[in-house]
Amino acid sequence: MMDESRRGFIGKAFGAVAAVGGIASLIAMKKTWDPLPSVMSAGFTTVDVSGLEANKLEIAVWRGKPVFILKYTEDMKPTDGRNVKIGDHYFSVMIGLCTHLGCIPAYRADQHDFKCACHGGEFTDAGVQKFGPPPRPLDIPPFKLDGVTLVLGEEGPEYKAMIAKA
Amino acid sequence: MAEFKKADSMLEWFDQRLGVVNFAKVMMTEYWIPKNINFLWAMGVLLTVLFTFLVVSGIFLLMYYKPDVNMAFDSVNYTIMQEVAYGWLFRHIHAVGASVVFLVIYIHMFTGIYYGSYKKGREMIWVSGMLLFMLFSAEGFSGYMLPWGQMSYWAAYVITEIFGGIPVIGDELVVWIRGNFYVSDSTLTRFFMLHVLLIPLAIIGAIVFHFYALRFPHVNNEKGEFFDFDEEAEKYLAGNKKESKVVPFWPVFLSKDFFVLGFFMLFFFYLVFFHYNFAMDPVNFDKADGLKTPAHIYPEWYFLWSYEVLRGFFFEIAGVSGKDLGLMAFGFANAIFLVLPWLDRSPMVKPANQRPYFKYWFWFLMADLIVLTVYGKLPPTGANAWVGFASSMTFLTLFIALPFITKAEAKKVGGK
Amino acid sequence: MKEFKILAVIVALVGITYYGIEPYAHHVMHPEVAPADFTFKDLKNVDMSIKGNPENGKVLVEANCVACHSIESAGHPQVMPNADAAASYGVVPPDLSSAGWIYDKNYLANFIFDPVTAMHLQHKYTPESGKAFPMPAYNWMTPQEIMDIVSYFQGLAPKAKSGIASHKNTYEVACGRCHSMAYAGFEATTPSENIKAYMGATPPDLSQYIKSRGEHYLYSFINDPQVLLHGTSMPRTGLNQKAQEEVIAYMESIGDSKKAERENLGIWVMFYTLVFAILAYLWKRKIWSEVH
Repeated sequence: MMDESRRGFIGKAFGAVAAVGGIASLIAMKKTWDPLPSVMSAGFTTVDVSGLEANKLEIAVWRGKPVFILKYTEDMKPTDGRNVKIGDHYFSVMIGLCTHLGCIPAYRADQHDFKCACHGGEFTDAGVQKFGPPPRPLDIPPFKLDGVTLVLGEEGPEYKAMIAKA
Repeated sequence: MAEFKKADSMLEWFDQRLGVVNFAKVMMTEYWIPKNINFLWAMGVLLTVLFTFLVVSGIFLLMYYKPDVNMAFDSVNYTIMQEVAYGWLFRHIHAVGASVVFLVIYIHMFTGIYYGSYKKGREMIWVSGMLLFMLFSAEGFSGYMLPWGQMSYWAAYVITEIFGGIPVIGDELVVWIRGNFYVSDSTLTRFFMLHVLLIPLAIIGAIVFHFYALRFPHVNNEKGEFFDFDEEAEKYLAGNKKESKVVPFWPVFLSKDFFVLGFFMLFFFYLVFFHYNFAMDPVNFDKADGLKTPAHIYPEWYFLWSYEVLRGFFFEIAGVSGKDLGLMAFGFANAIFLVLPWLDRSPMVKPANQRPYFKYWFWFLMADLIVLTVYGKLPPTGANAWVGFASSMTFLTLFIALPFITKAEAKKVGGK
Repeated sequence: MKEFKILAVIVALVGITYYGIEPYAHHVMHPEVAPADFTFKDLKNVDMSIKGNPENGKVLVEANCVACHSIESAGHPQVMPNADAAASYGVVPPDLSSAGWIYDKNYLANFIFDPVTAMHLQHKYTPESGKAFPMPAYNWMTPQEIMDIVSYFQGLAPKAKSGIASHKNTYEVACGRCHSMAYAGFEATTPSENIKAYMGATPPDLSQYIKSRGEHYLYSFINDPQVLLHGTSMPRTGLNQKAQEEVIAYMESIGDSKKAERENLGIWVMFYTLVFAILAYLWKRKIWSEVH
């Protein structure tokens, strides 16, 4: 013979167990939708800048976008809020998509500037627009410095300082 | 179980086992619909037929479509459009059908608003209908990504980016939805799953629910008249067909629907064969390229009005950024129709033109939605941006004002 | 009658919306441009009234052109394989067998005189750019000599004069050195890495361009790319009207191969639907006569 309260307790316990199972399944389903580990690790691109040649454009790919990394020569002048100093050299680090319509500008080493073939936009070596339709400078991706290694996708103090100035 | 006597006919055989005679009565020959209705009452059947077209054409497309960023574009534009026998026909029906289904949904929806078919017992019909609208929107959006053209990619990019505006979790949510930091293969495969399985299942469920919700409050009529359906049905069954205010679903109501359907199909097939660019944007015949943005990005026409509400706020007001304001307005615009039955505070069920204040509200809303739709497509520069802002504000104001307008109307009519 | 009124209201609302989002928006986003000019009247360096002498033209061509260009229909084979030619010049030089057939006479003469100006690529080959078009300008020739060359080319017979074979040939000669057509199994004759370096970006595959750009756009664009895409490195190719129409017809035959089937079936389906609608109306009248 079961009394009322006992039946009530079993009912509640059954409901609670069912709810726990439901919530656990939902968590599993949410995780199934999460980006895969391979995608997450690809979300951070590391570039060793020590071996880069000055005045020669390096293009890294970060989250499906080209990232321009340009090491300055001694006679190239940095632009405030646009360049980062790594070791003894200044670098430009920016997303290589023209801010007009997203084409990839080409670097002209002899003139130290970028020229977009699509609609003729031009940018300085620091990515500031100087001619044509682009509305704003090239975007700067979040980055962190780890010695001579540049980690794209993490916000380091150098990045924050640059963004604050720009 | 009762003992079965040997059936004399096939009908009897099935009736013994499935109760088909009674079922046919309940669903068809004794399902009562008001008699004073016009062709706008055929939109529900039109939608059912269009949905069937979409399912059937979708099944054939599914046979050849490949949900993979490297193969999707060519599987659609080469295999389906040029190799498969009548593959082009199924794609055209699917693409044009998806666009036209929204046209009919909007007509259906505004018919409901015009005739007041969302209140006094019909709230659940309205709510389930709006649920269907949302599901169809999700279905349309997920399907638009599948051909993997430039507009597929960039519309998906821009729309998923919207979720980034949600406070705190925004950025992570965008990555979670896409399954990557940018719109990529993982995004395509999950939207493929949603488009061909999960959302269609939900739609079918919601359609059944929508039909079921009609059974108790019954279909509204052209005058918003309330009458006793059982009494009128008895009259009809007794042979007083001309006096009765109701007709059975089959064959009387459906005969009218088929007639409307016939002429609608003429229009539909004209679009499918000869005038399909509005539903199959030329830009989408360029393969998706994440490194190259098209000159103009816009969603399909049926999302333009809410897209314009999103874009309408392009400057900061009282310290809140335009982006956040737009997102809030966008959320409001998409949710507000759902609660319409509770915003209309007048108990009057009448066509809008017989309601002293509501009629202005209704036609204002129609005009505003058309302005929003048109400016949602135009580039948001110069004066266009301000038209967008004004029409977005008008939209919000109309809905905020609705309870007051209808309250005042109830007072005026009641005091007569 | 009332139902016609309702229908009229709906048609009006839908019509206004449609006008706004299709013809009007299209007009705003793609403004009309100057019509195609198949006389290339901006080119005036060679007097078109001079009558050329094909025999002398043949001598001039053999002395000046065949070092780089093949003219297969006149028995001058390719000088070197495509890959080597692309490596030497940046792009494979065209075979000239059809030159007199597909290019406008005025354009061709002015092209020989000064190719960069004829192609509208002055912005690409500026003195500062340090780049030079691989073919030199023959502006040292007399107008008579240039017209001799043109008349020689006009006397050469093309491989096919009409029909799909001719469309295909025109496409391959006029466009195919840079643009692939994957849906026709055709790959650009200049290898992709060479053409990318030469043009600044890989020229697009044209399989679906009849759909993505449409005939109307292509008609203006091919005639003079700078008009619609200012600053592009694609040259004005100088096709005459017939050759340009052949190119577009070829693009349609590959990119929209079911067009004829679609339009034919469309008529039948509409006819069927009309019969369906009329019968549905008659049936409805019969059924409703009992209840009205």
